[in-house]
Amino acid sequence: MAIIIWSAGMIAIVDYGMGNIFSIYNGLKRVCDRVMLINTANIADLRGADGIVIPGVGAFDDGIRHLKPFSDSLLAVVESGVPLLGICIGMQLLFEVSEEGEEQGLGLIPGRVVRLPSFVRVPHMGWNNLHLHRYSELLEGVTESDYFYFVHSYYCMPRNNADIVASVDYGVQLPAVVNRANIYGVQFHPEKSSRKGLQILANFVERICKC
Amino acid sequence: MLAKRIIPCLDCDLGVPGGRVVKGVEFHHIRYAGIPWELAAEYDEQGADELVFLDITASHERRETMANVIEKVATGVFIPLTVGGGIRSIEDARRVFNAGADKVSVNTAALKNPELVNALSNRFGSQACVVAIDAKRRYLRSDAELKHAEEDGREIVDTANGKCWFECSFYGGRVFTGIDALKWAKEVEDRGAGEILLTSMDRDGTKDGYDLDLTAAVCARVNIPVIASGGCGLPTHIREVFMHTEASAALAASIFHYKEYTIKEIKQYLLDNGIHVRL
Repeated sequence: MAIIIWSAGMIAIVDYGMGNIFSIYNGLKRVCDRVMLINTANIADLRGADGIVIPGVGAFDDGIRHLKPFSDSLLAVVESGVPLLGICIGMQLLFEVSEEGEEQGLGLIPGRVVRLPSFVRVPHMGWNNLHLHRYSELLEGVTESDYFYFVHSYYCMPRNNADIVASVDYGVQLPAVVNRANIYGVQFHPEKSSRKGLQILANFVERICKC
Repeated sequence: MLAKRIIPCLDCDLGVPGGRVVKGVEFHHIRYAGIPWELAAEYDEQGADELVFLDITASHERRETMANVIEKVATGVFIPLTVGGGIRSIEDARRVFNAGADKVSVNTAALKNPELVNALSNRFGSQACVVAIDAKRRYLRSDAELKHAEEDGREIVDTANGKCWFECSFYGGRVFTGIDALKWAKEVEDRGAGEILLTSMDRDGTKDGYDLDLTAAVCARVNIPVIASGGCGLPTHIREVFMHTEASAALAASIFHYKEYTIKEIKQYLLDNGIHVRL
């Protein structure tokens, strides 16, 4: 049995079976020495994390069902102030409900998830630049001429405009980055957005989780 | 604003230990462009928006080699990676996803077993399921041929060279199926494909430019992104396909492998011509 010695600066990736986590693991490894995968066998280790990442691709209901075994520990750790970053479907799961499914989301950010309008090609797939709404340490060094890789068919609608850090124009202005207290979400894939994407992961690890 | 994507295609010969990217065939000798992960890193550096890896050997025993190639690429290159060639099952797909691929591209296996498209998109999500369509023009030269095609329910397109329909091929254009490519495009969208990689078999390897009629016809029939492929020899071909069709991305191989133009140069040219790209 492996013995884990807890030291400062551990980023936990929730490996809940939604898509491959190889890329996000590699991306975080680039910017952080201690990255750990949390699965159903080692959920308790979430308590040692200084930052948590919920990655993933796939459908809302599928995601929330796969996340169920983790949600109690997850909510307790987040309640204690540990920063959480949701990526793509991981971001959408932070909200209350989605048009894509029936299940209740985590409800960490008030609002809902809705379908992209039918007059644009769906999924929204490719590189898009951001419209910055307010300052966040997560986007330190990012400008409106930087591009990020998106692939999604639904988008988040926070109830409070103040929770929107950046938006993206795809037929509608849709939130690309959200933040409420220690909860962060990005609709794009930083682990697939080349150098600027890795910079966002580094910002999360170093500036927000203080690793 | 969503940028138009430029995608280098890396045809991989996995018969060579470690794998090599094929540049082209000259006087019956295969010429290599380089080692896949080195070339991938170089293209990422130049600003490639995505990379497509095609296993041109596609033999069963080399499936593991492709997974190794992808794993090496994915540890250093953080842009979307698509793998095609020889993906016949959920298990084949899972192997390359676990190695770090983001999408798989299926052609032959999907034409033989359309349910595979449903299975892949249900299991891995639409965004991970690309259907490659290799289409060839079938001109209708007489009234009788036209009438016959209409009776068969073909989707007929009026081109500068006359009326035609488009036929799907597989095994790299060696086998024709009788399947209407425009209908097949709509069908794979309904089955859950997230993107179409559309190659013109009339233009592939010619450097005469993309088949704009084919690309426009598919874009008009589906609401998922379409990658135009086949025939790119000059930067202006990429400009044309984005100006005259709704293609979301343009794929090319030799123009990059022969280092005729860097991706950065092409993107600058496109930007100067009013095409929105990520630079």
